[in-house]
Amino acid sequence: MQITSARPIAEMVGANRLVLGNGIVHVVGDAKASAEEEKRIRRQLVQKALEALQRDAD
Amino acid sequence: MRVVHYLNQFFGGVGGEESADLTLEARNGAVGPGKLLEQLLGGEAQVVMSLVCGDNYAVENQQAMLAAALEKIAEAKADLFVAGPCFQAGRYGMAAGALCCAVQSKIGIPVITGMARENPGADLYREPLFIIDSGDNPAKMRDVLTRMASLAKKLVGKEAVGYPKEEGYIPRGLIRDQFVEQTAAERLVQMVLAKVKGEPFESEMTAPVFAPVPMPTGVKDLGKAKLMLITDGGLVPKGNPDKIQGSAATRWGSYSIQDCAELRGENYEISHGGYDPQFVRQDPNRLVPLDVMREFEREGAIGELCNVFFSTSGLANPLSNTRRMGREMAEKAKQLGIDAIILTST
Repeated sequence: MQITSARPIAEMVGANRLVLGNGIVHVVGDAKASAEEEKRIRRQLVQKALEALQRDAD
Repeated sequence: MRVVHYLNQFFGGVGGEESADLTLEARNGAVGPGKLLEQLLGGEAQVVMSLVCGDNYAVENQQAMLAAALEKIAEAKADLFVAGPCFQAGRYGMAAGALCCAVQSKIGIPVITGMARENPGADLYREPLFIIDSGDNPAKMRDVLTRMASLAKKLVGKEAVGYPKEEGYIPRGLIRDQFVEQTAAERLVQMVLAKVKGEPFESEMTAPVFAPVPMPTGVKDLGKAKLMLITDGGLVPKGNPDKIQGSAATRWGSYSIQDCAELRGENYEISHGGYDPQFVRQDPNRLVPLDVMREFEREGAIGELCNVFFSTSGLANPLSNTRRMGREMAEKAKQLGIDAIILTST
């Protein structure tokens, strides 16, 4: 599965498990947030990725 | 002109799916569609040898099949190598493409094949080869072989080859210099005007078409699965030990994260043009989320995280490169027993 902020590219090449990242410069981060908040955001994104990995095609 | 022709077990007249494990076999003279091919090539052309191989054997033992075929083709002193046409048959197309590439580079004679655009072989080999667009209907055999023979004769005679739509081959993505009357700006404005008026126009830059990728089934028990992190954001250890290029990368690396709870900025650098790397440099977990993966591992949400991550740079890279690297990474991940991968892309 792929976490990316360049969604059109991922869709063009046919990626089928996709989580939208939090910006090209920090896909799983947030430079503006506090360290704690940033880690929470990252954990949430990876959590979504783990959920996507378990799903079958609809 | 001495021609060697490759056929799968079905077109070679040996049998159907039950004969798909047949090893490579050389026959004297033309077999099946080879007879028509010989006739269409005309003149002095003679199919001196037909190579027939089962589809499963050809794909499962590709290296052995290629080695055996190259030896036979060299022995036959061929001037031209023809494979197929393969239509929509995927394994046949994969074998024909691999063979044509090998013959082209190792023996250096002209090669030609034919397959449907949707054939995985076309997707993989359209850049290095002339592949006549065969469509998916084998009833069009004569038509397809006519175009294959016509282009093959040009290749053997070292004549100029026309555009894909003139010759009927699948576009290779080649760029050719040409003198034109109007500048790009003028042509572009004309296209826009035609588009607005609903008139036909032809784009000079068509977007690549990608064959759909079937979605693998979901991971049944993530708590027992072995996961791996891969990134195309160019994160590499300080000093870039594999010299991964920041643009149009031809290499990828595998880097240890054994016993690391998180990634530290002082140990890594970014080899990737295009995006501002300062944020990932400060904290590489923003690209390769090792810190939270370790948490999920401790909590038992995932079984295990692989002790290496793979990395390359995904910038301005030709598809032939990225496909090869993708295949190499997938191969390595399989060897490592990986059940699922999270790829982070910038």
